[in-house]
Amino acid sequence: MRTLPAGRDGLLVELGGTDEVEAFYAEVLRRTAAGEFPAARDVVPAARTVLLTGLPDPARTARELASWRVPPAPPRTGTLVRIAVRYDGPDLAEVARLWDMTPREVVATHTGTGFRVAFCGFAPGFGYLTGLGDHLRVPRREVPRTAVPAGSVALAGPYTGVYPRSSPGGWQLIGTTDAVLWDPARDPAALLAPGTRVRFTDADADADAGDGADAGDGDGDGADAPGDDGSGAERAAEDTSDVPPSGQRGAR
Amino acid sequence: MNAAGTRVVEVTRAGALTTVQDLGRAGQAHLGVPGSGALDLPAHHAANRLVGNPPDAATLETTLTGCALRPSVPLVVAVTGAPCAVRVDGRPAAWGTALRVPAGAVLDVGPATHGVRCYLAVAGGVAVEPVLGSRSADLLSGLGPAPLRDGDVLPLGVAGGAVPPVGAAVLPGPPSVLVLPVLPGPRADWFAPHAPAVLAGGGFRVAADSNRIALRTEGPALPRIRTDELASEGMVTGALQVPPHGRPMLFLADHPTTGGYPVIGVVPPEALSAAAQAAPGTPVRFVPSHGIALRGIALRGVPVGGVPVRDLPGRGRS
Repeated sequence: MRTLPAGRDGLLVELGGTDEVEAFYAEVLRRTAAGEFPAARDVVPAARTVLLTGLPDPARTARELASWRVPPAPPRTGTLVRIAVRYDGPDLAEVARLWDMTPREVVATHTGTGFRVAFCGFAPGFGYLTGLGDHLRVPRREVPRTAVPAGSVALAGPYTGVYPRSSPGGWQLIGTTDAVLWDPARDPAALLAPGTRVRFTDADADADAGDGADAGDGDGDGADAPGDDGSGAERAAEDTSDVPPSGQRGAR
Repeated sequence: MNAAGTRVVEVTRAGALTTVQDLGRAGQAHLGVPGSGALDLPAHHAANRLVGNPPDAATLETTLTGCALRPSVPLVVAVTGAPCAVRVDGRPAAWGTALRVPAGAVLDVGPATHGVRCYLAVAGGVAVEPVLGSRSADLLSGLGPAPLRDGDVLPLGVAGGAVPPVGAAVLPGPPSVLVLPVLPGPRADWFAPHAPAVLAGGGFRVAADSNRIALRTEGPALPRIRTDELASEGMVTGALQVPPHGRPMLFLADHPTTGGYPVIGVVPPEALSAAAQAAPGTPVRFVPSHGIALRGIALRGVPVGGVPVRDLPGRGRS
């Protein structure tokens, strides 16, 4: 673990992986709420880091962090969001091939997994969800799509994500949801925030048999899914974009 | 705020890219929401001061070609930022000070004579509906009002503050050479030891595809010693991110909240207003800041208690 300078008033705290990020992020929020830690302008968890900005004295904060005892991430008591999915994505067969399963088994695996929002980025409301085992990582598509519809449920690397709005995209699309991931007029605008627990349910099965999936606990939070989201690789020509999805750069 | 619905301006010439901007949306980066806000904050503040607005009143930010408006009521306005010819119904008017524009007259903010972005403040502010606490147009994620189009009608707030009796904006002019101090880190160690010398050596220019998201550069590639992939991490405004082609890009207000390319250093906020006014082709000189570099080194390797202390996690996987 290291603390790295990030401008005059920022610190980038580098951690070992998604579980440590979760624990550290929760601890920052807890201490900030308790008045034991200077309120940062932004606290941004990511794959292996937590960025703190707007610190009055980052050097002092870095020293203070050295004395922290960060408890393991609290049990999964956060908000649980269920997202009904029609598993009709154009890449479902390809994911089935990669996972060496039938498409039905892919659906069973995806709906049987407890997910957690590790961090957000790429677009407002886009969460990087961990939970799938490391052996279920999938590459991005070699050729990104120029337009992925809003509500697409997609996989890349160790992550699952749902496109909040239509954008170019390189992730493997396994399904579609009607859930509104992002609505600035709603409070909160984002359906998914860091720490939110997520269960995907099979909309077609739901239609037949009511809500079948249940969260229960013990969502295996996917061991440590150190997230290489492959940002750079697929897009040599693509500068700012962080993610996933794609080739989106968004600038007009 | 929109008194009887009559305090409006009509956009008679939207220009190349004119957006509504205020101080942006801080504190929501963890949801993927960019900070946004006026790129040249001192110019935004000066314009608001000149017309008696509070600092968070929304102004219009133009790009290179200015814009023109026709108010429905007499207005007090001020234009700052990039120098330009200001006209009211065709007659020359002053830049950088408060002006009165009669109802129905056309206020023309001309093309920037140098620099890039003009700021037009109207007493009462531009009163479009805020989104997530801000009226700023965020061009990365599409939050806030869309860029202006010809014929748009913008609501105005009620002018509250008294217009200062005499005021003129004192601001530095657009840079002929953009000099950017750089505080090393967080990923300076991903670059070759001579990368700071390449940065400082000049030879960079502002690239034409620069925008509110990033000022891009043309010039020598910064040599890296680590070529593995960086897991996505939080990005600060002012970050000098280096994509695989090696030419640094300076993240401005609409930058993505996370990114997957290493950041060699960070330009402090007070230098970003000059970056906002540096036209394509402007030479760029980066000045690695030695004093801060020492502090940066001192910050490194501080262990954090309670979770396992380890070195950089292995990144061999792909």
